[in-house]
Amino acid sequence: MPTGRITITLEVNGTPRVIAVDPRTTLLDALRECLGLTGTKKGCDHGECGACTVLLDGRRINACLTLAVMQEGHRVTTIEGLASGAALHPVQTAFLAQDAFQCGFCTPGQILSAVGCIAEGRATTRETIREGMSGNLCRCSAYPEIVEAVFLAATQPGSP
Amino acid sequence: MRPFHYERVSEPVKAIAIRAVAPNGRYLAGGTDLLTLMKDGVECPDHLIDINDLPFRHIELDSDELRIGALARLSDVADAELVRREYPLLTQSIEAAASAQVRNAASIGGNLLQRTRCPYFRSETVVPCNKRTPGSGCSAIRGDQRTLAVVGTSAVCSAAHPSDLAVALVALDAHVRLEGAGSTRTVALRQFYQTPDTAPDQDTILRPGELIVEIVVPRLDPRTVGHYAKVRDRASFSFALVSAAVVLRRDGDQMRNVRIALGGVAPMPWRLPAVERALEGTGLDLRGVAGALETILADARPLPGNQFKVSLARAVVHRALQLAAGAA
Amino acid sequence: MTIRPQSGHRVDGLVKVTGRARYAGDVAAEGVVFGCFATSDIPAGKVTSVDTTDAEAEPGVVRIWTHENVPRLPKLTHAAAGESLLPLQTDRVTFEGQGIALVLAETLEAAEEAARRVRATYEVEPAQTDFRMALDQRVVIDDWAPLSTSVGDFAAGLGRAQVKVDQSYRTADRHHHAIEPAAVLAIWDGREMLVHDSTQWGYGVRAALAQVLGLPPTQIRVVSEYVGGGFGAKGSVWPYEVYAAVAARELGRPVKIVLSRSQSFTAHGYQPATDQRVILGATEDGCLTAVRHESINPTAILDDHIEHGTLGTRSMYQCPAIETQEHVVRVHRGSPTFMRTPHEGPGMVGLEIAMDELAYALHLDPLELRRRNYAEHDPTNGKPFSSNALRECYDIGAERFGWARRTHPPKSMRDGNDWVGWGMGNALMGTFRFGASARTTLTRDGRVRIETGSQEIGTGTRTTLPLVAAEILGIPADRITVSLGDTNLPEAGGTFGSSTTIGVGSAVREAATQLRHRLNQLAAEPGLQPHEYGEVLALRGLDQLAAEGGWAPSKESGNFAMFAFGAVFAEVRVDALLRVPRVTRLVGAYSVGRVIDPIGARAQITGGMIWGIGQALMESSTMDHALGRYVSKNLTGGLVPVSADVPDLEVHFADEFDPHASPLGARGVGEIGPVGVAPAIANAVFHATGIRIREVPIRVEHLMGEG
Repeated sequence: MPTGRITITLEVNGTPRVIAVDPRTTLLDALRECLGLTGTKKGCDHGECGACTVLLDGRRINACLTLAVMQEGHRVTTIEGLASGAALHPVQTAFLAQDAFQCGFCTPGQILSAVGCIAEGRATTRETIREGMSGNLCRCSAYPEIVEAVFLAATQPGSP
Repeated sequence: MRPFHYERVSEPVKAIAIRAVAPNGRYLAGGTDLLTLMKDGVECPDHLIDINDLPFRHIELDSDELRIGALARLSDVADAELVRREYPLLTQSIEAAASAQVRNAASIGGNLLQRTRCPYFRSETVVPCNKRTPGSGCSAIRGDQRTLAVVGTSAVCSAAHPSDLAVALVALDAHVRLEGAGSTRTVALRQFYQTPDTAPDQDTILRPGELIVEIVVPRLDPRTVGHYAKVRDRASFSFALVSAAVVLRRDGDQMRNVRIALGGVAPMPWRLPAVERALEGTGLDLRGVAGALETILADARPLPGNQFKVSLARAVVHRALQLAAGAA
Repeated sequence: MTIRPQSGHRVDGLVKVTGRARYAGDVAAEGVVFGCFATSDIPAGKVTSVDTTDAEAEPGVVRIWTHENVPRLPKLTHAAAGESLLPLQTDRVTFEGQGIALVLAETLEAAEEAARRVRATYEVEPAQTDFRMALDQRVVIDDWAPLSTSVGDFAAGLGRAQVKVDQSYRTADRHHHAIEPAAVLAIWDGREMLVHDSTQWGYGVRAALAQVLGLPPTQIRVVSEYVGGGFGAKGSVWPYEVYAAVAARELGRPVKIVLSRSQSFTAHGYQPATDQRVILGATEDGCLTAVRHESINPTAILDDHIEHGTLGTRSMYQCPAIETQEHVVRVHRGSPTFMRTPHEGPGMVGLEIAMDELAYALHLDPLELRRRNYAEHDPTNGKPFSSNALRECYDIGAERFGWARRTHPPKSMRDGNDWVGWGMGNALMGTFRFGASARTTLTRDGRVRIETGSQEIGTGTRTTLPLVAAEILGIPADRITVSLGDTNLPEAGGTFGSSTTIGVGSAVREAATQLRHRLNQLAAEPGLQPHEYGEVLALRGLDQLAAEGGWAPSKESGNFAMFAFGAVFAEVRVDALLRVPRVTRLVGAYSVGRVIDPIGARAQITGGMIWGIGQALMESSTMDHALGRYVSKNLTGGLVPVSADVPDLEVHFADEFDPHASPLGARGVGEIGPVGVAPAIANAVFHATGIRIREVPIRVEHLMGEG
C-alpha cells in the first residue's frame, strides 16, 4: 500500500517543528516518538483516559485521537511548553499547592485539561469542575485534590 | 493500523470525486471515532480523505431554521450563544456526551455517524459480529447483553446507537442535508438510520461517497420547552444506558406537540409516536400520564440481560417530562 | 486530626507537574526496536501453525518469534513470577490473550500492525472460563496463609444462636487499570542488562531475569525512576518483561515493549471474583455465637492465586466459634494477582453486608452491633493486637458523620426525589512487613542523601523517607534527598502490601541512626548539634560520610496480631424514579499506628475510598464465557470512577503508636482505604431503598422494579 512519510510542520510550544511522519502516526506518537516530548502520556490510545490531553490552537483535545498529518500548521501546547521559563503556569502551581497528584502519570494531561477547562469558563464551582474534568482519569484517585487545585487556579487573582 | 493513503481536500466536489474512485476510502473529520475503529482493526480504509478544510462549520439561525455545518465541533455547537438560547436541549445533549476533549475534536456529522458501542463489534480481535462482518453471526445475543438495544433489533443484530445528540435532534425533527456525486438531498434524521435487517453493517441510508454537509433544525415555538435526561453507570464520561429527549409546547396548563426520543434502546434514536399522541393535551403537572408511560416500549423485545432498560426507559421519560414541564 | 495539603509537600511534585518525571516508556534509546505480542484468540488448545507471511510484509519488521523459532528459556520459577509458563515456549494455550508471537519492528506502528496480521490456527480444546460453572472442581492448594481455620465449636455456637444470617455474596473480576500501561526497555551491552521497567519490585525483576537469562544478578540492573501507578499489576514479573530482555540480548539492540490497554487485561493479572457464603449466629442481645465464612475464587490452569477472602473474618470480631474455608477453581484464564486491596478488599464485602443483615434481624443499630462484638485480641489465634484503636475510630467516625441522627428503618430518610441511605462497614487489613536496607550519606554542605532500592509508584516514598531521617538526624526534611528505583542501590522489597514505610522507613531510620552515631564518634566533643554536621566532616577531612542500615521484623513481634483497622460511614442517594445509586458522602476513621506523613497518608486513604466507590458501583471486568474472553478490553466498557463520581470525603486517623509493628510506630496505610467502603455503600443502599443487594458492583438494574 502506498504510504511513505509525509513531512509536516507543527507549531509546538511556540516553535515550528518540521517532522516526517507515517500517515498513521497520531499526534500523540509524533510528540513522544518524533519530538521527544514525553510529558504527554499514552494511557489508553482511545480517548478514554485523557492522559494525552494537549491544547490544539488553545483548545484541549486527546492527542491520541488525531493524526499528526491532520494538524499541519496548527499550534500544539504540551506540558513542556506551559511554564514560561522558570515561572510555572498558575495551574501547575495550584497542583503543587493542593498535592493534586500521586504517581504523576496522568498529571500532565490533568493540567492541560484544567487549563482548557478554565479557559472554557467551566471552572466556576467545584461541581462544574468535577464534570468538566471528568475526561481525565486518575487511577490513584487524587480527584478531590485535583478539583481543589483547579478551583484555586480558576478563582485566584491573576489566574489564566 | 493498516497503512493508508492520506489526502486533504478543500472543496466538496473534490472530496466526493476522490471518494468515488476509492471504494475502500473514508472521509476523515474529527477522527475521534474512526481512528479508534482503525486502531482496533474494525475499519481498515486504504484511503483517508481529510475533509476538515471544507466550508461546513457554520452555525446559523434564521426565521425558519437552525443550520449547523457538519464539520462544526460538538463544543462549537453546545457553546454557541444562539444554540444555548434557542435550543438548550441540544446543548444539554452534547454536554452529556463524551468528555470535553472529545467534544472539542468531534464533528457534528461524525457524531451522527459514530458506530455502535457494542463491545463485540469493537473487539480488538475479530469475534463473530454481523455488523462488522455480515454473515459471521452475533456474539452479543448470547453474550453480554446489558448494553444492547431492546427495540428495532433483528435476529442478526441488537446493537444500540450511542449518540446523545442524535436523540435530541430526532426529538426536534431535524433533517440532514447530504451531498453525493451530482446530487443533493435532504432527509429527516428519523429516516436517516436503518434497522439491521438485510444489511446490519449499514447503519444509515447514506450512499457510498455521500457526505453529510449540514444539519437543519426547525425553529421552535417560543413556548416550547425540552429536556435531555441520561442514565449511565458513572456520573460522567460514559455512554447512556438509556436516555430521553423530550420536547413539548406549554399551552396554558397543558402540554401540546409532545415529541419524545429515546437513546440507548434501539439501533437509532427511537421516537415514541403513540406515547406522544397519548400525552397530547395532558396536564403539565403530569397527573394522568401514568397510563401513557406504561405503554413505552411495550413492543420491545428485550433480552434477559437488558430487560431493565424497558422500565428504566419509562422512568427516564417520566423524569425528562417532569423537568421539561417544570413539574419536578 | 484535620489534614490540609501544603504547597510543595511532595518532593517530586515539580518534576511531575512539568512533565519531566521519567517513566519507563519515556526513556529513549538509540536504535530501539519496538516489541508487540500477538495473542491467542482462544482460551484453550494447541497452536498448530502461525502464519507470519502477511505480518512480515509490513515494512520495518525486524523479527517475529513464534513457538517454533523462539529462543528456548527455562521455566520462570522465581517467586516474583506472576506466571510460571512463558508464552511461546510451548504450543499450549491456556488462556485467551496469551502471547503466541512476538513481533519486533523498527517503529511502534509497524510492530502493532504486524502483530495484528499474525494468523494462527489452533487445535481447539474444551475451555471453562466460568468458575461458577465448575464449583464442584474446587481445589485446595498451599499458600502463605492457611486456606482454612477453625476455632471453637461452630455447630454448638450456631445451635445456641437466637438469630441467624446465612447468605451468599459475590464480588466481581476487576482490573488494576493503572493509567500508565506497563512498559519495559531492555538494553544489553554485551555484558550487562539494563532494564528500565515500570515495576513495583525492581529487585524481584532482577532476580527473575537472572534466573531466566542465566546471568548473575550483578550483571542485571533494573531502573524505575517513576512508576505510573501499579496497584499490584506491576508487583510481580510477567512475560513481557522477560521477553524484552531476551530480545535485547538476541538482537543486540535495545527493545521496548509497552502494553496496549487491551493487552493490559490479560498480560499482568486481575483481581478474581469471589463467591462467598457467610453464616452468622448471635444471641438476641447481639453477641456473636458462631461465624462461618467460605470464599471461592478462580485461578489459572497452571498458576495459583488465592484471594484470601476470609482473612478479615478470622480476626475482626470476638466470637467463640469461627470457621473459615477458602478454595480455588482452575479456569482457562490468565493468572489472577494481587490488586489493591487483595483479600480483605473482596472478603470484607461478604462479612460486612452480613453484619448489617444481622443488625436488621436483631433490630439493632449496625454500629452498636459492631461495638458489642469488639475483639480485645485476635479471636482465631488468640494473640494480642500490636495496637488497635478501632473503638476510637467508631467514636470519631460516628461523630463526624452524624451517625446518631440516623433513623433505623429502611426508606426512612427521603429527601425530595431521593431516598437517602446511611450505612457503615468495618475495614481491616493485615500488616505486611518486609526486610529492607538503606544508606544515608552526609555531605559537607550538611545535606543528606538517602539511597534505597525501593520504588515510587505514587505512594510518596520520596516524601516519607526524608521525614523519617529528619527526625533522627535533627535536620529539616528539605535538606534530605532520596535516590530510589535502581537495583544498584541497597536492596529493598516490593512496593506492595502497604509495607514500604514500615520496612524501608525502618531501614532508613536505622541508617540515619548509624550516621548520627558515627558523627558523634567523629565529633570533637560530646553534644554534637545538627547544624555542626558539615563542620565535623571538614574537621576530619571528609567530603562525605555514609552509613548503612537494615531492618527486618523481629521474631518477638510475631507474637502479636497486626492489622490496620477502620470504620467507614457512607451516605448514598438513590433517585426513587431512576434508581441510580450515587455516593454523596464518605467518612472514614482509621487505626494505622503512627502516621508519619499525614498529608500523604490522607491522600492514600481518599484514593482508596474512591477505589471502594468503584468496587461498589461500577468496576466489573465482564467475561464472555462462550468466547472465553473479556468483553470490553478498554476503559469505556470497564469503567473506573471519574471526578464527577467523587463526593466529599473525610478522613480521620486515631492518635496511636504501635510499638510492635515497627520502630516507627507505624503500620501500613496504602491499602486500608478501599476496604469496608463497598459494604458500607451496599448497606447504605439497603437503608435507602429497602433492597438488599448481595453483590458488587450494585447497578441501576439491581434497584429497578422493587421498592
